[in-house]
Amino acid sequence: MDNFTSDFSSGVGSGKMDTGTIMEQVKVQIAVANAQELLQASNRPARMTDKCFKKCIGKPGGSLDNSEQKCIAMCMDRYMDAWNTVSRAYNSRLQRERARI
Amino acid sequence: MTDFNSDYDLSASEKAEASELQRMIVIEQQKAQFQAQVHNFTDICWDKCVDKPGSRLDSRTETCLVNCVECFINTTLIITNRFTQMVQKEAH
Repeated sequence: MDNFTSDFSSGVGSGKMDTGTIMEQVKVQIAVANAQELLQASNRPARMTDKCFKKCIGKPGGSLDNSEQKCIAMCMDRYMDAWNTVSRAYNSRLQRERARI
Repeated sequence: MTDFNSDYDLSASEKAEASELQRMIVIEQQKAQFQAQVHNFTDICWDKCVDKPGSRLDSRTETCLVNCVECFINTTLIITNRFTQMVQKEAH
């Protein structure tokens, strides 16, 4: 299954509604929803923003100091790494299940 | 998903294109469902497996994440099956 960031590249539709244009727009919409899901889910409590806030911010001060900003950057990278690991694990489980049928 | 052909007459080539489009949209929906599940698993397994984010994921954390996905799926299956049995027992 795709790496997380690979769905974002997409051309702009020309206005003519052919199959290719429609599919590009569908893919972009899904990619945008996916990014929103990653950054912050609306009804579920925690995603990347929440996770990294919890891991990196101790007592909230007025602004984020250097170490907190570094922590957030590392946390984001590790969260994406975790996302990709989970994606591969889920994909192989699905393939194993399909092979049994 | 609405049937593309129901509202007005399409030519044969338009019909073929419409059903090809439907097929492609179903595939994209399945991909989107897969990604939604990955978000869900990552959410849960991050808490279980990642302590302090470092400069990379070490192999212990990677293994934990993989095991977490497997265990979560197995738990879901066990719960679903047992719950089905419980409901069927109640019905008799």
